Amino acid sequence: MIVEDTDAPAIVEEPPRALNDPMVVRPVNIRKVIWETDDTFTLNLDVGSLGDRFVFHPGQFNMLYVFGLGEAAISISSNAAQTRALSHTIHRVGVVTTGLAQLKRGDAIGLRGPFGTGWPLSAARGKDVCIVAGGIGLAPLRPVMYALLEERTAYERIILLYGARSPLDLLYRVELESWANENQVEVLVTVDRGDSSWKGYIGVVTNLFSYIKLDARATVAYVCGPETMMKYTIDELERRGLPEDQVYLSMERNMKCAVGFCGHCQFGPEFICKSGPVYALPRVRFLLDKREI
Amino acid sequence: MEIENLGKILRQHPFLEGLPEHDLEVVIGCASSVRFTDGTYLMHEGDVANKFYLIRSGRIALETDLNARGTMRIQTVGPGEVLGWSWLISPFRWHFSAFAVSDVLAIALDGECLRRKCENDHDFGFDMLRRLAQVMERRLEATRMQLLDLYGTDAKVPS
Repeated sequence: MIVEDTDAPAIVEEPPRALNDPMVVRPVNIRKVIWETDDTFTLNLDVGSLGDRFVFHPGQFNMLYVFGLGEAAISISSNAAQTRALSHTIHRVGVVTTGLAQLKRGDAIGLRGPFGTGWPLSAARGKDVCIVAGGIGLAPLRPVMYALLEERTAYERIILLYGARSPLDLLYRVELESWANENQVEVLVTVDRGDSSWKGYIGVVTNLFSYIKLDARATVAYVCGPETMMKYTIDELERRGLPEDQVYLSMERNMKCAVGFCGHCQFGPEFICKSGPVYALPRVRFLLDKREI
Repeated sequence: MEIENLGKILRQHPFLEGLPEHDLEVVIGCASSVRFTDGTYLMHEGDVANKFYLIRSGRIALETDLNARGTMRIQTVGPGEVLGWSWLISPFRWHFSAFAVSDVLAIALDGECLRRKCENDHDFGFDMLRRLAQVMERRLEATRMQLLDLYGTDAKVPS
C-alpha cells in the first residue's frame, strides 16, 4: 500500500506562470545552436516575439514545438536574471528532439511556458549548497548555479558534483572551469569511462561524496539526473546525515499538456508538470521505490 | 618516517577509524609511508599482490588493457580510500593496473605481514576483513551503477 506523506512540504516559492494562454504556442526564432557534445545541443532563442523579456524561475521548463512533429518538455538552462536570453540544452533522443537538432539559426519553433515549480533557492540562503547532477541533469541546474553566483555572498559553500558518461559527454566545460576557478565553487567532475588522456575522476557521481565533507545540518542539496542515480545520491546524502527535508530533486515523466489536464506525467498523486518537476524529497520519497509508478 | 607520525596518519585514515590502539600497533608494524610521482605505476595487472595502499592525497586510476583497443580507465581512487584487496584473496595477483594521475602520498601495508597477523589473531583478522568487505560492498554498488550506463540514450532524465 502506498502511504502519502501529507505533511511533506511543497515548494512554496511561487514560480512565474506561462504568459497569456498556456495552451497557445508562440513562435520564437533560434538565435544560435551550440553543440555541447555529439548528441546534446543548446538552443539560444530570440525572445523578441515574447514581449522582449522572458521571466522564469530556475528549474522551470518550456514546451518546445517543432512544427509538424510535436512538442517536448525541455528545462530552461539559461540565466533567469537575463530575461532577454533564453536557452535550452537538449539531449537528442526522440522524434521531437531529433527534429530540434536539425534546426539552425533563424529557424522558428513554437514555445509554451514557463511551466512547473522551480528550485527553492530561498531554502539555501545562508547555508551550504550541494548540487548533484548526472548527465543532461546539469542543464536544469545551470540556472541555479547562475542564481547562486549572482548573490555569491548570500550562500556559504557551493559544491557541484557532476557525473557524465565520458569526458566527451561533459556539458558546459568552459563554465565548469570558470565556476571552479573564479567563483569559489567546489567543482568535482567524474565520468563513467575514461581513456588515458583523462586525468579527472572516474566512477559514478556518488563516489565524489568521498572527497567532500558535508555539514549535514547546514546544507541544502539539489539533485537532478536519471532516477536511479538520484536514489543512490539520496542514500549517500542520508549516510552523511542530511535531513530529507533539505533535499530537493527534479523528476521526469512524459509531459503533454504541461498544465495538469492530460495526466501523461502522473507520478502517484502528483502531476509533475504542475506540482513538479522540482520536489522536496519527503513529498515524493514514498514513490521512488515503486516499480509500477 | 617516525613510528609516532605513522601512527597519527593511520589513526586519521577513514579505513582504520575506530581501530583499537593495540590493533593499530599491529598495523603500524606492517606499514610504511610511500610517495608516487604523477605518471608512475603503483601496480601492474597480473603481478603478485603483496601490498595495499591507504591513500592520503592524490589520485590513482585503475586501468585494464584491452589489447588492440588500448587501455581503459575504469575507476579512480583518491584521498581517504583504499587501493587493492587482492593481497587478501588467493591467488594474490592484481586484477588491474594502478596509475598515478597526480602525485600520490600513501601508506603501503605489507600484505603478507598483515595476512600473517590476521591468521595469528582472528579477532584482528575479522576486523580487517569486515573493513575491507565494506570497501568491496561500496565498490560493487558503484560498479553496478556504472554498468547501468545511466546517462545513455535510454536514460530517463530531465532534458
